[in-house]
Amino acid sequence: MMMLRPGWLLAATLTVAAGTASGADLTIGLGGAVSAMDPHYHNVATNNMVTRHIFGRLVDQDARQKLIPDLAESWKAVDDTTWEFKLRKGVKFHDGSDFDAKDVVATLSRVPWVPNSPSSFAIFTGQITETKVIDPYTIQMKTAQPFPLMPVFMSGFAIISDAFERAPTEDFNSGKAAIGTGPYKLKQFVRGDRIELEKFDGYWGGKQDWDKVSVRQITNSAARVAALLSGDVQIIDQVPTADFARLKKDPNTVVSSVVSNRLIYLAMDSNRDQTPFVTGKDGQPLAKNPLKDVRVRKAMSMAINRPAIVDRVMEGQAIAAGQLLPEGFFGTSPNLKVEKFNADGAKKLLAEAGYPSGFAITLHTPNDRYLNDEKVAQAVAQMLTRVGIQTKVEALPFATYAPRSSKLEFSFMLFGWGSGTGEVSSPLRSLLATYDSKKGNGPSNRGRYSNPKVDEALEAALRTVDDAARQKLLQQASEAAINDVGLIPLHYNINNWATRKGYSYEPRSDESTLAMGVKRTSR
Amino acid sequence: MTVFLIRRLMQSVVVLFVMSLIVFVGVYAIGNPIDILISPEADQMERERAIRALGLDLPLWEQYAVFLQRAVLGDLGRSFAFSTPALQLIVERMPATLELAIAAMGISIAIGIPLGMWAGFRPESVAGRAIMAGSILGFSLPTFWVGLMLIMVFAVHLGWLPSTGRGETVEVFGIRLSILTRDGIAHMILPAFNLALFKMALVIRLTRAGMRENLLMDYVKFARAKGLSTGRVIFVHVMKNIMIPVVTILGLELGSVIAFAVVTETIFAWPGMGKLIIDSINQLDRPVIVAYLLVTVSMFIIINLVVDILYSVLDPRVRLKEMKS
Repeated sequence: MMMLRPGWLLAATLTVAAGTASGADLTIGLGGAVSAMDPHYHNVATNNMVTRHIFGRLVDQDARQKLIPDLAESWKAVDDTTWEFKLRKGVKFHDGSDFDAKDVVATLSRVPWVPNSPSSFAIFTGQITETKVIDPYTIQMKTAQPFPLMPVFMSGFAIISDAFERAPTEDFNSGKAAIGTGPYKLKQFVRGDRIELEKFDGYWGGKQDWDKVSVRQITNSAARVAALLSGDVQIIDQVPTADFARLKKDPNTVVSSVVSNRLIYLAMDSNRDQTPFVTGKDGQPLAKNPLKDVRVRKAMSMAINRPAIVDRVMEGQAIAAGQLLPEGFFGTSPNLKVEKFNADGAKKLLAEAGYPSGFAITLHTPNDRYLNDEKVAQAVAQMLTRVGIQTKVEALPFATYAPRSSKLEFSFMLFGWGSGTGEVSSPLRSLLATYDSKKGNGPSNRGRYSNPKVDEALEAALRTVDDAARQKLLQQASEAAINDVGLIPLHYNINNWATRKGYSYEPRSDESTLAMGVKRTSR
Repeated sequence: MTVFLIRRLMQSVVVLFVMSLIVFVGVYAIGNPIDILISPEADQMERERAIRALGLDLPLWEQYAVFLQRAVLGDLGRSFAFSTPALQLIVERMPATLELAIAAMGISIAIGIPLGMWAGFRPESVAGRAIMAGSILGFSLPTFWVGLMLIMVFAVHLGWLPSTGRGETVEVFGIRLSILTRDGIAHMILPAFNLALFKMALVIRLTRAGMRENLLMDYVKFARAKGLSTGRVIFVHVMKNIMIPVVTILGLELGSVIAFAVVTETIFAWPGMGKLIIDSINQLDRPVIVAYLLVTVSMFIIINLVVDILYSVLDPRVRLKEMKS
């Protein structure tokens, strides 16, 4: 039993008042769970953000997901199907060995090899048909077809040392093979608890602000906020909306926010003639699927009051969306505006389409995946019901929801999409391109939306290496898809971080929490 | 005795078998873990590859057959999420849960028994009534709420104790323990107390009931008549008698504390088995769920077996051969 002596208590209180972090140590409270230190094992956001401290990439993404040089100093397309990367000289791995082209070759060989990977990074390397080492600091990659996204894809995975080309995942977890070129060395990985990192003095990018970084997994959001308030951690991510106002007012905490690349949207079954969850208001099946009619889809989009959802449900922590990514991201169209709320117009369109008294539909939503997912769905349902589309919400845990929606069991679904590439071809290809497993198109197109105009423009864009021309094609594809209401965009989430007073964080659109972005602002 | 043991062992194997079958089919029915594990950016081919890599492409009965085949050899499969043997994951997390459970039990005994004795000794006093009222709160307040309140008061407002996590650990024979460091103990106080609260209420009630019952017994009157001091009567004679039910119940409760500390571990981000199972359920990490439940069932089987054997040792009237289950 611990006896609490007054003196000890006083001392403890004082330490807290003075801010518990000693010197240049940083503790991060992470909302997600990290499954491995092997950067090629599981392609999931939380793993990637932690391994980014330890490993460099050929190309990096800045806070707004613009490409910046990392281990490759520059890159260019030599011809339509060849990309050349000039590697940085004088880069050291944590074990003191030099980085050069052979490490890139070893990495490209390991990525598709990793056994038991539940989500492989091979999606970033599959396009490469041949790798040519020109000299130790120049490497060329060939593709079968023009591949403009090569530099983006090279920012998707970490470069390891060639000594560990065939090291199993366990060796990375134990730290033996977790030797990268990143600013921090792995000291200890305690599964389910924390990751301890230490400054790497030989980092090519210069001195880091923190001697030691501890990344703690606190998945319960109330506990995460409490850990920040008590000063146990200096920064937390995924600030719950309910606590946002309070943390903003608290003199001991600072909140930093940025619009994210995550779109929350509604997908509709616009493909099948009969869809399982649409009926007449009397419960009888309809002659045909109303969601196939663009007027009905348009009416649904018009019936939704997005500013109200942003204000009331999201408590201001979102931005109403009119397309697939917020303005400023590559490929977004300036012509696409947020759909104006217009209930009368919606009713009129519905009548025009032959549904003057509406119909009944069930909106399926996860209740543990996106910020306020179920509440957003409830709000949408009320708005649709007001224009005559009687909407019932069925909320499910994501573990049940995702497999069932992939089996096309639903008619009307709420989903979210974060663009890992930071440009618009990612949501276009995954959500709106015609489903085609051979081409890898539309893997997350759960309404099986199909529009030849979108497919054509997208396919052309994905073959166009010239940036300006590609941007134009992507804008065309976006406009074709959104004007045809291939999906109903609702809002973009805002990513929030909260730090203790005296610390600041450069907020990132990709939701990553990196020690490199945390700065000391006072003392 | 031998016959009893053999019969028991065979029953246990059947229980484990049925259990694994139910969990296996149950988790399969919920959905496909690949949808949760895979990167949303993955295309259809990558999806197919991942499904094959995790063995999810086989029909259910075949997956189960593979599982059984390996389980007989002591391999309960690899976690989908961690790619680590499921059993190893559980064993890795076990020390954290064990030390939390033992600390919680210690707290509930150390606080519960004296309070219960006082409440039983002076049931009509203000203190006695207050203790009983407190024990009702201990029973009825939800653990997660109490946990959050403890964090708010002791970590956020007073700043005496750390809010979450396990703190500094020391490795002893390859097992990470936090009970040996000052920092570790500071981290453990709140979750252990939170976990102890319910058990404490239970101990108070059991002790009080035993106390009241025993005080009316003839042996107490006889001891008093003999001229023994109140202290001796209570702490030597009565104490012995009230401990029997308390120990029995606590033994069984220890099993449930170890297996189901889920809520406390989640709130305090305590990296124990409870947190592992809840994370695994969220990810539909079937090998871990199945292995965890098999371990839990085995634990309860062993505890029950030990209790039965102890009964026969303590009470000669109980004959193991006649016991059915």
